[in-house]
Amino acid sequence: MNKLLLHPFAKSLVFVVCLLPFAWLFYAALGNQLGANPAEALIRAMGDWTLRFICIVLAVTPLRVISGTPALARFRRMLGLFAYFYVVMHLLSYSWFDMGFDVPAITKDIAKRPFILVGFSAFVLLTPLAATSFNAAIKALGAKRWQWLHKLVYLVAGLGLLHFFWMRAGKNNFTEVFVYAAIIAALLGWRMQHFLRKNRLKPICNGRTRLS
Amino acid sequence: MLIKTNASGFDHPVSSEITPQGIYQGRRELIKLMATGAAGAALASWAGREAMAQTLQKPGKLAALSGGKSAVAGAVIMEKITDYKEATSYNNFYEFGTDKSDPAKNAHTLVTKPWSVVVEGLVKQPKTYTLEDLIKLSPQEERIYRLRCVEGWSMVIPWVGYSLSELIKKVEPLGSAKYIEFITLADPKTMPFVGSSVLDWPYVEALRLDEAMHPLALLTFGMYGEVLPNQNGAPVRLVVPWKYGFKSGKSIVKIRFTDKEPRTAWNKAAAQEYGFYSNVNPTVDHPRWSQATERRIGEDGLFAKKRKTLMFNGYEAQVAQLYAGMDLKKLF
Repeated sequence: MNKLLLHPFAKSLVFVVCLLPFAWLFYAALGNQLGANPAEALIRAMGDWTLRFICIVLAVTPLRVISGTPALARFRRMLGLFAYFYVVMHLLSYSWFDMGFDVPAITKDIAKRPFILVGFSAFVLLTPLAATSFNAAIKALGAKRWQWLHKLVYLVAGLGLLHFFWMRAGKNNFTEVFVYAAIIAALLGWRMQHFLRKNRLKPICNGRTRLS
Repeated sequence: MLIKTNASGFDHPVSSEITPQGIYQGRRELIKLMATGAAGAALASWAGREAMAQTLQKPGKLAALSGGKSAVAGAVIMEKITDYKEATSYNNFYEFGTDKSDPAKNAHTLVTKPWSVVVEGLVKQPKTYTLEDLIKLSPQEERIYRLRCVEGWSMVIPWVGYSLSELIKKVEPLGSAKYIEFITLADPKTMPFVGSSVLDWPYVEALRLDEAMHPLALLTFGMYGEVLPNQNGAPVRLVVPWKYGFKSGKSIVKIRFTDKEPRTAWNKAAAQEYGFYSNVNPTVDHPRWSQATERRIGEDGLFAKKRKTLMFNGYEAQVAQLYAGMDLKKLF
């Protein structure tokens, strides 16, 4: 498995796979295959894929540790950047197809509607993460500070969920929201447990070193 | 009517005689073409206008049900009719699923025969009507209405039915009757989403009695010259064109006259978002989106700017007097 993941083409393959939803939506939009309300379909699909990529990127570390495949870490940056790509497309679709790039109207809409404000905040918070994804930025910030900054993704996941929850709230239609919430809760729950376990083990190890 | 007012709407003999909007708007271009000698080609397309005018073709899917010409003001609007395919595949009918493609997929299980509608409450003549009796109660008319969904999209649909007031007059409401409540079918055996927590079932909608008496409020049995498809609320539904679509209950089984304002389904689910009146009003936003504009399904493509929503969905001349003196921002 590790060998496969380390294959020089593995990254290109994952890149192409991550681009498939976008390619399909683009093709369907051109061919008028997005149903009766293509604008709504496109905006929602881009939002759905943002949430999915946030789940996927948050799954990398737990999967890597549980399955013992360190090679998985190679893909984390690209997956995170795809989450950002889809959120940009989500915002762009909304601004273009829903608002016709009417900037004053968009600004008013963001300020007036809490669910859009929350979604927009998530986008804003994700921006520095995407902007500091290259190696030089890690060096410039220092690994510790960089890691702290990138912990923002947990907040972004929460805001993204709230945005989705709020959008569905008027219709009391929460099934999908709960699916995403459960996945994100499981992934963050695992991190919490992992963190506690590591901290609990430390003193015992220290004790042993002292004894020997 | 001999004397025409604003409320008469756009009177016309036959819809096929009306010049399509595209050609009308391009009339100057046509004159230019004539001047430059290219008239031959242009006139060929002019001759083709007959083909482009709206001659309503029956989809040929269900039993025919045609309606005669209506004398009601505002009964027929002159806008491009939405494709049957889109009007029957993009629906909100939560008993069959919350996705707009769900009703078309799931509503085949709905049993519409036999069907009866109970009329009860504060009336002199309560009665249970069979569907057959109800259809024959008054002559069927064709009404081409705008349909504006609270979600910000719209369609133009040729309905077949008669004014709800015809039924109301037959059952003779008592003086104490102030509201009329429409209770729709909630059958968990044939409707897979009845029982889901989205709404409090059955789906209930209501009107004030004077709203219900307005001749534009349509008791509807068909669309596009045929009986209603299941996903559009077969076999009998309401269509109130100046209100958001959800006010028009589908698959109605009971009509009740009351003296108190009934709690309606969406109002119970989210009172701050869906008021009792829910008149189409571009100046009162939904808390989560603007109601100032709308997207006409099938016409306003991805890159088209959305069109402006009209007060009372364009039926202001006919219905505004129902709300004289009311603060429509509070009573939304």
